[in-house]
Amino acid sequence: MGKFEIKNADLYYNDFHALKNINLDIPQKQITAFIGPSGCGKSTLLKSLNRMNDLIEGCKITGEFLLDGEDIYGNMDVNLLRKRVGMVFQKPNPFPMSVYDNIAFGPRTHGIHSKSKLDDIVEKSLRNAAIWEEVKDRLKKSALGLSGGQQQRLCIARALAVEPEVLLMDEPTSALDPISTSKIEDLVLEIKREYTIIIVTHNMQQATRISDRTAFFLLGEVVEYDQTENLFSMPKDKRTEDYITGRFG
Amino acid sequence: MNQTAASARPQKHPINRLTLKQRIKSYLKHPLSLFLFLIVAAATLITVFVLFFLILYILIKGIPYLTPSLFAFEYNSENVSMFPAIITTIMMTVFSLILAVPLGIFTAIYLVEYARRGNKIVELVRLTSETLSGIPSIVYGLFGMLFFVTALHWGFSLIAGAFTLAIMILPLIMRTTEEALKSVPDTYREASFGLGAGRLRTVFRIVLPSAIPGILAGVILAIGRIVGETAALIYTAGTVAQIPTGREFLFMSGRTLAIHMWALSGEGLNTNQAYATAVVLLIVVLLINWLSAAVAKRLAKS
Amino acid sequence: MRNRFDRELEVLNNELISMGALIENAIGDAVKALIEKDAGLAYKAIDFDSEVDEKEKDIERRCLKLLLQQQPVAADLRMISTALKMITDMERIGDQARDISEITIRLINEDYITSMEHISKMAKDTISMVTRSVDAYVAHDLKLAQEVIEYDDVVDGLFDKVKADLIGLIRESADNGEQAVDLLMVAKYFERIGDHATNIAEWVVFSITGQHGSQRVI
Repeated sequence: MGKFEIKNADLYYNDFHALKNINLDIPQKQITAFIGPSGCGKSTLLKSLNRMNDLIEGCKITGEFLLDGEDIYGNMDVNLLRKRVGMVFQKPNPFPMSVYDNIAFGPRTHGIHSKSKLDDIVEKSLRNAAIWEEVKDRLKKSALGLSGGQQQRLCIARALAVEPEVLLMDEPTSALDPISTSKIEDLVLEIKREYTIIIVTHNMQQATRISDRTAFFLLGEVVEYDQTENLFSMPKDKRTEDYITGRFG
Repeated sequence: MNQTAASARPQKHPINRLTLKQRIKSYLKHPLSLFLFLIVAAATLITVFVLFFLILYILIKGIPYLTPSLFAFEYNSENVSMFPAIITTIMMTVFSLILAVPLGIFTAIYLVEYARRGNKIVELVRLTSETLSGIPSIVYGLFGMLFFVTALHWGFSLIAGAFTLAIMILPLIMRTTEEALKSVPDTYREASFGLGAGRLRTVFRIVLPSAIPGILAGVILAIGRIVGETAALIYTAGTVAQIPTGREFLFMSGRTLAIHMWALSGEGLNTNQAYATAVVLLIVVLLINWLSAAVAKRLAKS
Repeated sequence: MRNRFDRELEVLNNELISMGALIENAIGDAVKALIEKDAGLAYKAIDFDSEVDEKEKDIERRCLKLLLQQQPVAADLRMISTALKMITDMERIGDQARDISEITIRLINEDYITSMEHISKMAKDTISMVTRSVDAYVAHDLKLAQEVIEYDDVVDGLFDKVKADLIGLIRESADNGEQAVDLLMVAKYFERIGDHATNIAEWVVFSITGQHGSQRVI
């Protein structure tokens, strides 16, 4: 049994059938990549995993989403779910406050107010996100003064600060330069030991570099879901082959 | 090497800037653009001139009559002191804001953060507020008189005036707050929700702090309207030139600076003192602007 | 971009086919020179070797360039990596044709001590293996490639026969020793050519199925 089990999931935006009968079993402490052309539903599915789609009007979901066997659309508290399933977004989005307060926001939300405890969490999270050395002397300064790559690592640190079990990453490097990208890829491979990571990416080389398993989405369906090496060397479905070799459309 | 570069700089004209000769040549080639340039330049000059003329005129006419006696505690027909009016203005401003600001901000929060898009109620509220902001202030005065003064038996009073003004500035505060909230990037909200923060925490910890400069701008505009308002107050707060005091001060009549000025110039006996009042009003408005800009700057920094 | 890539792959394919033709010619000439004692043909086979080497470098460059520019995946990746592996074996086959021809030139003035029957059978068989392995690559023919792999045992069997034959000749007369060793080397070279053809066929299987031998390579 995987960390996340998605069974017969369908999702509609009003009349648009955005996800069609999705069945995925996402393994624990591995990196799973979602790839596919724009509008194929991969980000939509990602956002369904921590119920960020709840905020979108006209979004209707059916099927089962089980986190450790527990239905996330059942009796689970949404805020608690989002604590367990953290998210890193496409564009770095630090809050307009200090580096320290950015990281402490999550823990404070979940009831940690002791100064020494927060100090520990901030340092540990920043270290985990490999950015501690770069910001330790400017914790009290605004996070908006950091570079794009640093901001994204800060956002990862912020997500890690609430000690999630799963980390959802929605194209986390698409707005970054190659050096920042490589730092974040290293970081993701590093934290894989403790977290289950699901990453949406348009960069197929990135998927091959970091992910253990890859799911290929097309028109709201999962066409193929396999070990990343298998999928990229010997895809079983012609559509997967056409997409990853650039023969698409 | 550096020295030669530095010394060479003043002599050489930068190649990306037009010299005067080139500029004249280009205007001769395109007379229409010269014409347009002259028009915009003239418009700017006229605007600046009118503004400076007005301010200068008031200052020249008013400053000589700014005597200490004008700031005496009591008003009487010999000494038309504006001190009671200053206090009344402050009180009126504070009470109106106390009524209108929380109401306006919370309504805006509901509209932006809670109501679903395309909600009928939202449309209705928006339409109402737009209509309200288009109504001339004398109509508010009339309503205030009929409702607060007469129907509720509050009489000409501070509180009737404050309620009337509050209704008047409510749309303004609501709309500016709404715009300020809307301009907070959705990515902040997503990040906050994504960390497991609820809507309440998201609004109060993330969205509102980012929106404060915008909200403050609305409040400043509102203060400007309160300080400058006459029509709506004449029929609701009355024109009695005294400091409302005692246990029932809220139900006492009082005149703000603007009304004080209007009354003085209307009576025709103390025109010079009216100018002096105008100077004070001007200074008060400038002071408010400066203060709020400073506050906004400090908030933005932190 | 994809069209351009497809054209480049096409060029790569043609280059591989022409390299295949080149080594077929080289072994063909080497065999003919050996059997018919034709020194001219032997020199020609030796000259082929440098041509083959050049071709190998050229194809290698193409492959590396495609890896760099296109970062191929799936069938593209398998095809290019297969090409890279194949040319190494093909180049070795060219070397062996050259080695055989050098022995031919050394023996040009001697009478063969044996009938050459098995050796020419080996030559025929290995040439056919090389041809078929290249054909299998061109036509993506899995069955043909597997046939080549299986046929290697036949060539190995022939080598054992040649070896036994030559050992018998040495036992008969020590004078046969020198030429027998040379002929054994020739037979060994053919056996090696068979092995290289088998390697090529195995990479062809990989390019089609993703399996190399009994295991996955990636």
